[in-house]
Amino acid sequence: MTLETSTTGILIIIALMALVTLATRWGGVFIMSFVRINPRIESFINTMASSVLIAIIVPMAFSGDAGAIAALATTTVIMLATRRVLPAIGAGIAAAALIRFLVG
Amino acid sequence: MTDNVYSYRFQPTRVRAEFFRLLPISLFVVAFGAAFGLAAVQQGLEPLQALLMSTVVFAGASQFAAVDMWGPQVSLVPMMAVVFAINSRHLLMGASLYPMLRDMSPGRRYALLLLLTDANWAVSAQQYQSGRRNLEVILGGGLALWLAWVLGTSLGVYFGGLLQDPHSLGLDMVLGCFLLAMALGGNKTPRTLVAWVVAGVASMMAWYWLPPNTHVVVGALAGGAIGFFWLEPRRVAEPEPEGDRS
Repeated sequence: MTLETSTTGILIIIALMALVTLATRWGGVFIMSFVRINPRIESFINTMASSVLIAIIVPMAFSGDAGAIAALATTTVIMLATRRVLPAIGAGIAAAALIRFLVG
Repeated sequence: MTDNVYSYRFQPTRVRAEFFRLLPISLFVVAFGAAFGLAAVQQGLEPLQALLMSTVVFAGASQFAAVDMWGPQVSLVPMMAVVFAINSRHLLMGASLYPMLRDMSPGRRYALLLLLTDANWAVSAQQYQSGRRNLEVILGGGLALWLAWVLGTSLGVYFGGLLQDPHSLGLDMVLGCFLLAMALGGNKTPRTLVAWVVAGVASMMAWYWLPPNTHVVVGALAGGAIGFFWLEPRRVAEPEPEGDRS
């Protein structure tokens, strides 16, 4: 099904995108409201939550350029050493910029 | 069960504090918003249409992907499938907040979820791991991020990209570094580390062999399976006292 990108068409596309995105924001919580939370489900939820972050970051590192890898590696080192978020992110970004300046 | 007693009460001072906590990363979101606004007008959207999209969709990666598929005609089903796939991580993110959200009336619960996005969720999820309940960051931090996204988009559509080359400054890595810092700041038990390895391997396998944009959900569910089968006694999260900041 195709839609002309006329003014009306674009408004329909934006509305559909908003609805699809809203369904993802609401859907997980809606489904969970039918699930009885027991320790096993709680354990699943907690492990899954931190795994979301890993599942975003690992492919980002493997598919990224040297700058991306430098950024993530630097953030890891600074975060583990200092446990402070903003210095870790700042150092990571600076590392990416430096590597891209040197290599790019 | 406490399902009929909605015990979660927002503390206005904490909502404000969380707004300011996410203000630094919101500045970077402005830059991404500007990049999106520029991309959108280059693909033929009117400025107001791009602004409307950012305001009501509020999901950057999927908006970039949709605008990428733009043309005189748009195939609706593939585009919505891409939008859904990229945003399907919200399903898991929302579900992970449910133990806190169930202490809130359904009206507030679903209204709050309008502001759910990666950065504010990462803060809330990380604090929940360490036993603190923080939904204020979804509201306060989410507002900061949403305003930044809309503001950035408006700058992009009217003034073009703010920065000549955000990539050369490393700015495309802000969100990745932020999420990584959140993951590393959470508590690390042997179980978590095993789950991370499984999640990382599964997401890479999905990245190579499964349809695009499925890797986050596949990896997260694989990691979650470790938690499902490997139980560990943990304390129940208590409401965070006033002023207790990490």
